[in-house]
Amino acid sequence: MFSRDRWLEIFQTIRKNKLRTFLSGFTVALGILIFVVLFGFGNGLKNTFDKFFKDDALNTMWVRPSRTSKPYMGYEANRRIELDNDDLEDISKRFEFYIQGITPRISFSGTLGYKLESNNYPIRGVGPSHQSNEMTIMMKGRFLNGLDIDNKERNVVIGRLVEQDLFKDEDGIGKFISGGGRSWKVIGVFQDDGGDNEERIIYAPYSTIQMIKKGTDDIGQMIISYKPEIGYGGAVAFEKQLKKYLKQKKFIDPTDPRGLFIRSAASDLKENDQFASVLQYIISFVGIGTLLAGIIGISNIMVFVVKERTKELGVRKAIGATPKSIVGMILHEAIFITTISGYFGLFAGIAFLNFVGDKLEEDYFITNPYIDFSTGISATIILIAFGAFAGYLPAKRAASIKPIEALRDD
Amino acid sequence: MIKINDLHKSYKMGSNSLHVLKGINFNVEEGELVAIMGSSGSGKSTLLNILGMLDLLDKGSYDLDGVPIKDLDETKAANYRNKFLGFVFQSFNLINYKTALENVTLPLYYQGVKRKERDAEALKYLEDVGLKEWATHLPSELSGGQKQRVAIARALVSKPKVLLADEPTGALDSKTSKEVMALIQDINKNGKTILIVTHEEDIAKMCSRIVRLKDGVIVEDKKNKMIKAI
Repeated sequence: MFSRDRWLEIFQTIRKNKLRTFLSGFTVALGILIFVVLFGFGNGLKNTFDKFFKDDALNTMWVRPSRTSKPYMGYEANRRIELDNDDLEDISKRFEFYIQGITPRISFSGTLGYKLESNNYPIRGVGPSHQSNEMTIMMKGRFLNGLDIDNKERNVVIGRLVEQDLFKDEDGIGKFISGGGRSWKVIGVFQDDGGDNEERIIYAPYSTIQMIKKGTDDIGQMIISYKPEIGYGGAVAFEKQLKKYLKQKKFIDPTDPRGLFIRSAASDLKENDQFASVLQYIISFVGIGTLLAGIIGISNIMVFVVKERTKELGVRKAIGATPKSIVGMILHEAIFITTISGYFGLFAGIAFLNFVGDKLEEDYFITNPYIDFSTGISATIILIAFGAFAGYLPAKRAASIKPIEALRDD
Repeated sequence: MIKINDLHKSYKMGSNSLHVLKGINFNVEEGELVAIMGSSGSGKSTLLNILGMLDLLDKGSYDLDGVPIKDLDETKAANYRNKFLGFVFQSFNLINYKTALENVTLPLYYQGVKRKERDAEALKYLEDVGLKEWATHLPSELSGGQKQRVAIARALVSKPKVLLADEPTGALDSKTSKEVMALIQDINKNGKTILIVTHEEDIAKMCSRIVRLKDGVIVEDKKNKMIKAI
């Protein structure tokens, strides 16, 4: 089947029938190209989505107190619930089995300045484990540590854009900024993938903040990271137990929907995953649609090609070509053209995606579009197979037509 | 060379069946140059198609060079055609994107002959029909007579037992017709059995035997004193 003569015969047919070759090749190349680009863009969209929603660590729980809505055990409704240092300690002891890290987050905002520059920033009083909860990346210096907390140091870690705002081109590390009538030492600069707002934050030891706020031990909200090995089920169980324990401790009606909120990334993750898979379905749907259009295109062209060659095939049969050799010749040619142009389309598509890169990130939410090489190859092979199949049926028919019918019409 | 006994052929035309050949008995000896004549609808082309294994017979028998031609599937028919028969058509039926030489080599390609031998053999036959210099030209660059001569070379290159020609001069002017017939007479003189379907009286007169068909039966079968074409 793959004799040199057959190849020469096919090369000649291709060379001498350029339009035909171009049409079938172009259809396949275009089909694959569009498939690759659309699929890649879909993946880019998904990347953007992931980036937006997966900025925070996944094994995280936020505990936020609020006002109660039901009276309970002699307490009136609309009572303000607060979490304090005591709760922090109790929880870390009681749920030691689950907990990897625990930190308060006291949020407020304040004006901070350096020399002539000053600005209003969100300030967070936190503990050391906050770094891993927010996936804060240190650019230079260090994050807050246990000693900062214990000694109530006036050290701060500032966002990349805070440094840019206040220090311009200077290095902020080791310099002092002023805020609330005190001066604070900058010990670290961080960056964060969550966007600009996340890089305009200032972190200070929660113990220092409590001291400044007239000796309160309110810790605002609590961020707990649990051990990843407890899994989704363990996280749900932990969340339940924690809620029950805290409601009991704070005398909140167990049926009160308010009073205490626990948000867990595990349940968020599930929702996000569902949304991501819907996105994935849409991408696959678009991809399959494109591929289908390509298959229909190449099928049409194969039918046309065989129709156009009916007379030639009749001549070949009259001078001794067997039906098998006719079908073989047409398929061989079809597969050869679709393979070459299919891979041409595939690589053109990948090159295009690489060229686009992050250019569409800002305006179109497409981040780093890509396609799995194996997906691309599979799509190409499918298109080739269908092209061959679509060529096979009319070729088979043409080969079984009596030469006399093929030669008629003059 | 050809033995045909009580040959019947009919075509289905919707619910009617059209009985085209109604019992043909017909033998051809080796080296004959036979003209099959008849008006359109007489069944002459159908007879030629059956002889050429381009069509199947309904009833009767057909022996070619001692080989009974029956139970033909497409592959077997293709092999027999390739081995026993050479075709010349009214409309030449050359493959338009192949040069004269490549057209002539094609039957040898389907016989599995090696490329070099194919080319040498085909060139020899092109020389025989006087077109050696035109070997690398495409059919579109040849005149009608030249095209038919290429077709004849292609029909002969596989050394068939019988050459079947369907109105070989139908698309040619009278001068070119005569040249082509002279070539056919030459080939016949070298011993090749040739059957020509024609409706032109002067062409038939250049053959050694004339068979006339009318309404599916042979009405006349006579020897003819061959007139030289040129």
